[in-house]
Amino acid sequence: MSRVSSKLASAVKCSDTFNADACMHCGVCTAVCPMGIEMLPRKLFRYVQVGLEDKVRENISTIYQCLLCGMCAENCPAEVNIADNVRFLRKYINENEFNLS
Amino acid sequence: MPLPTKDILGILADNLNQRKSVLPISNAAATRWSKGLDLPKGGKTVLYTGHLYQLIPIIDAMSGQMSKFENSPITKYFGLGRNVNKFINMTFFMGMMASKDEQKDYDRMLRNIALLLKKANIDFGYLYGEELYSGALVYDEGVDGSFAKHAQRVADMFKKNGVEKIITVDPHTTHTLRTVFPEFVKGFDVEVKSYLEVLAESGMEPDTQITDELSIHDSCVYARHENVVDQPRQLLAKTGAKLNEPRLCGKNTHCCGGPLESLFPSESHRIAGNRTEQLKESGGNVATMCPICLVSLRKAAKGSVKVNDLSDTLARAYGV
Ligand code: SF4
Ligand code: SF4
Repeated sequence: MSRVSSKLASAVKCSDTFNADACMHCGVCTAVCPMGIEMLPRKLFRYVQVGLEDKVRENISTIYQCLLCGMCAENCPAEVNIADNVRFLRKYINENEFNLS
Repeated sequence: MPLPTKDILGILADNLNQRKSVLPISNAAATRWSKGLDLPKGGKTVLYTGHLYQLIPIIDAMSGQMSKFENSPITKYFGLGRNVNKFINMTFFMGMMASKDEQKDYDRMLRNIALLLKKANIDFGYLYGEELYSGALVYDEGVDGSFAKHAQRVADMFKKNGVEKIITVDPHTTHTLRTVFPEFVKGFDVEVKSYLEVLAESGMEPDTQITDELSIHDSCVYARHENVVDQPRQLLAKTGAKLNEPRLCGKNTHCCGGPLESLFPSESHRIAGNRTEQLKESGGNVATMCPICLVSLRKAAKGSVKVNDLSDTLARAYGV
């Protein structure tokens, strides 16, 4: 069972960087990603939006493996700024898991 | 075990907080490139290196070590390393391991850039030992608190010196100052331009025609974030060099893999290998415009294709 974290959910709500609402699950981002990351917008960002913190924790490696190269956003038909969302998650993990700010 | 993300980020952030750089280097190493150029100290327009070119030989020496640690039991001790690093600047020792030839190589690229700007009649100075690292890496990794404090320090340094225009030499520093700083530093309104933009705008003409055939590698950050795509092409077109565009170029360029070097070296090398193959397909020597792209692709190419900084080619054609 995954637990919903109100901290994560409200961090997402208050943030002006995290925004993945427009994603329509087309898969273009994965198709063009040099790392072949398929997790980010279509799954992980959904988990984040509903505050599933365990899922974020399970995917720490993926979150730090993004190159922030921007190829995904360049080709996303819905203009989701994937790299900004990744940076938001890094910041959240740094502060809440790694005690770094 | 993969390299420990937490401890490595911790070391970078501690360094930035305590020593004002993710990988603090000596004044001598940061300013050695400028010897004999007689650049004025400071001024309204400054060439800001952001230390990235100077850091590459040191990062290279370190990453050789780190790759050996990846998947080795030693990763357990990185936490200890972070504690030691709080008292002793470990980068200093890594700096001693950096190759002298490589340092000369990267210093020359900075000299090229300064000489090209002089040749284009641009009036500029340099802040020498006062110059600070931009904080780019810490921003990318999302250590925002440390980054924000550092950004303010960097902005204060420019302000104290009365700087109104900044000329940058690499895409990461350009992006950090031009796009990220205004979000973190209140009232930061210094004009920031990459040397490629400044040279292209100057309308300078080459002295000689060259016959190089080049496969051009766009930096993700220049192309997608800072709209620097046409300027290097304009400058090269005048030189007579033959420009080959790889399958993925301009706004759709493929990353060099460099950003993963510190945390996931083997993934970084895999991406660099893929990109090198694409660049080889289009033919000619590879031309890069970022020191991180340069070192990543050079390592991946293992001598199978020449990889050079664009400034070397420009310096030759524009006679500096
Ligand atoms: S390309 Fe954009 S819309 Fe398509 S799945 Fe990725 S984030 Fe969603
Ligand atoms: S920014 Fe990250 S997710 Fe997007 S294409 Fe690059 S590596 Fe893949």
